[in-house]
Amino acid sequence: MYAYDQYDQQMVDARVAEFRDQARRRLEGKLSEDQFKPLRLMNGLYLQLHAYMLRVAIPYGTLSGAQMHTLADIAEKYDRGYGHFTTRQNIQYNWIKLEDAADILADLAKVEMHAIQTSGNCIRNISSDHFAGAAADEVVDPRPYAELLRQWSSFHPEFSYLPRKFKIAVIASEQDRAAMRLHDIGINIVRNSDGELGAAFYVGGGMGRTPMIAPQIRDFVPLDQLVTYAEACLRVYNRYGRRDNKYKARIKILVHELGAEEYTSQVEEEFQHLLDSGVEPPFAELERIRTFFADPVFDEAAQDDIDRSDPDFALWVDRNTVAHKQDGYVSAVISLKPVGGIPGDATADQMRVMADLATRYSFDELRVMHTQNVVLPHVRKADLHAIWSALDEAGLGSPNLDTIEDIIACPGLDYCSLANARSIPVAQKIAQRFAETKKTATLGQLKLKISGCINACGHHHAGHIGILGVDRKGVENYQLSLGGSEAEDVSLAKITGPGFDEDGIVDAVETVTSVYEREREGEERFLDTYRRIGMGPFKEALYG
Amino acid sequence: MVDQTPPAEGRGPDTGPESDTMLRYREDDPVAHAAVTVDAFLDQSNAAAVRVEPGDDARELIPHLERLDLVEVNFPSFGDGRGYSSARILREAGYAGELRAVGDVLVDQLAYMRRCGFDAFDPDAPLDAEDVEAAFARWPEVYQSAADSRTPIWAKRHA
Amino acid sequence: MKLLTGNDLKTGAVTWWTGSDWSIHVEDAVDVTGQEDEIASREEAARRVNVPYAIDAEMYEGSPRPAHIKDRVRALGPTVRPDLTLKPADPEIGQWVI
Repeated sequence: MYAYDQYDQQMVDARVAEFRDQARRRLEGKLSEDQFKPLRLMNGLYLQLHAYMLRVAIPYGTLSGAQMHTLADIAEKYDRGYGHFTTRQNIQYNWIKLEDAADILADLAKVEMHAIQTSGNCIRNISSDHFAGAAADEVVDPRPYAELLRQWSSFHPEFSYLPRKFKIAVIASEQDRAAMRLHDIGINIVRNSDGELGAAFYVGGGMGRTPMIAPQIRDFVPLDQLVTYAEACLRVYNRYGRRDNKYKARIKILVHELGAEEYTSQVEEEFQHLLDSGVEPPFAELERIRTFFADPVFDEAAQDDIDRSDPDFALWVDRNTVAHKQDGYVSAVISLKPVGGIPGDATADQMRVMADLATRYSFDELRVMHTQNVVLPHVRKADLHAIWSALDEAGLGSPNLDTIEDIIACPGLDYCSLANARSIPVAQKIAQRFAETKKTATLGQLKLKISGCINACGHHHAGHIGILGVDRKGVENYQLSLGGSEAEDVSLAKITGPGFDEDGIVDAVETVTSVYEREREGEERFLDTYRRIGMGPFKEALYG
Repeated sequence: MVDQTPPAEGRGPDTGPESDTMLRYREDDPVAHAAVTVDAFLDQSNAAAVRVEPGDDARELIPHLERLDLVEVNFPSFGDGRGYSSARILREAGYAGELRAVGDVLVDQLAYMRRCGFDAFDPDAPLDAEDVEAAFARWPEVYQSAADSRTPIWAKRHA
Repeated sequence: MKLLTGNDLKTGAVTWWTGSDWSIHVEDAVDVTGQEDEIASREEAARRVNVPYAIDAEMYEGSPRPAHIKDRVRALGPTVRPDLTLKPADPEIGQWVI
């Protein structure tokens, strides 16, 4: 993975000093809250429902054992012993004090980490495929491109006061494991007919109040023009994105209102102009970054067979390991979704367990998934039993990847001042219902996502089953939607009809899964059955 | 691109004639013309100073850069970042005159403004001189090529 | 009734105006009807509170109870982590919040 040189280290150190000074001036009253707010947001520090919340960046979801240890230490020293892994591959801490924030950033800087631009109207953490470097179907590892863009976007002097937040995802495969089409900019690294690598650009996707799928703006940007093209996309947005209405300020609204063709034409014009401005790093810089993402030294003699005599272990292998490009290896998914637990949360001790397993068994590397689980990307099959035993003991061994128990849930009203309803108790009840009725296995792949408000941080628009919490005259109410997908078969879920109360929504989810069981043909997933038979039978079962 | 070296040690910013709060980092004498709106400037052949509002298209000035001594870019609210693009666009087009950020200009935005090509600042509220100095000295390196003359990190890596 | 609430600038803790001071316990809060703006400006200017604002509340078993569930969660702590709330040992607290 990428390692800082002296320049990268100087930048994060300077940022810590800058924030320390800004926090001091705020505490002394030299800065008002209105003046301080964008500054602290650009260092990931929110004033949230219970306290300050700090969102630490995990660039394209990749981190080392030492970095995970530091995240554990921060949870213990400055917070209340745990952290929450987010739907953008970051981690957040809920009980932070402003007077500690600069020290936390200093601790992070020691291990090449930061909270730069994890909030604010600027370019946020650039996300990527959590199986990058391991997946057999990738064209190349997408992360060098994400790293190049990370440096370009950090402290960008022109794009730090955008109309609104800006989220970029980079993948390099036909399968979309990063919800790329639902980002402000989605980039897919592809090969053209001459075998050259380039970037397909998609601009104007997003979830929130008005979910949209990003149209393709350019099918092939040569790699030595990647930064220039991104700069052109951002400049058009900075100049023309709406600033009159916070809820219409994302680039998806601009692309929608101009039309993709007109937006593209403006980008192309700006791009031609910028090609003469010298903003593109030399290709040697991309090559330098790529060297950090070379394959680890795999064990060429790694064995393929696994002792499946322990049925619990065998189940976990079947569910939570994913094929790897190297013989004898898999990627192993650490579940942060124990039935009845809080999706995405991990204690400091659990983080340490994960860190040590990575150092010992996965070339010291972990990945955070946007689905709020953690990956050990390169694991020998021969080591799986030892890994699973340790995970199981630490409460990290739930064999439920991509099942109905593997729920994506935003923190909701329990933690978030933007929320209208609690999402975590609903997730807990649903997981418990299906675990108790032993339906999890029968239902197979079922991606259920819950958001506690219309901002859709739980990505409910992209759920096979989506749940949106709303406030109905001061009482929590839940809308059910079906048929969304965040993968390459991207689609937006449709609402079934009137909402339900907290118990009602759990029953409603059970009802729609019963319809699926009744109607499914062959090996169809829930999503496939829904797409084949439509909303009708589900609506009928729910509302009679 | 205009040479935008940070102020040398011992030489603080010059305050301009218009106000005690103005900071200026140019060798030439400050301009005394009143800045007119973009529309008025395009109408008047003798205007030499213009004020660009967030909603204006700075590119409309490009055919007339020769006659401009002063471009003010207004920041009615520091959170409206359109002025950063306006500034950079003008510098990219070769504008070498004074480029002045006016309005809700605060210490914590100065460094980025400088990188976008501003060489003068006329904030609504006076800025603490020590804070200003710290802001300009904050960044030992920069990641991007912009409208100033600072060498980006990628160029230093592959010099 | 109206309660005045905000956050402690340094620690971020949720605080409630008691009539003379800021407390982390909503039970200590007083009715500020008619004086919200005056108290808020004064206290914020002195940096004894950050971003204060008024909320609706009713008396419930002798103590102020915020009218909206979000404010009650804010007053107490996350319902899904009773151990992290201000009343970890109170078995009735679920009723009070929800």
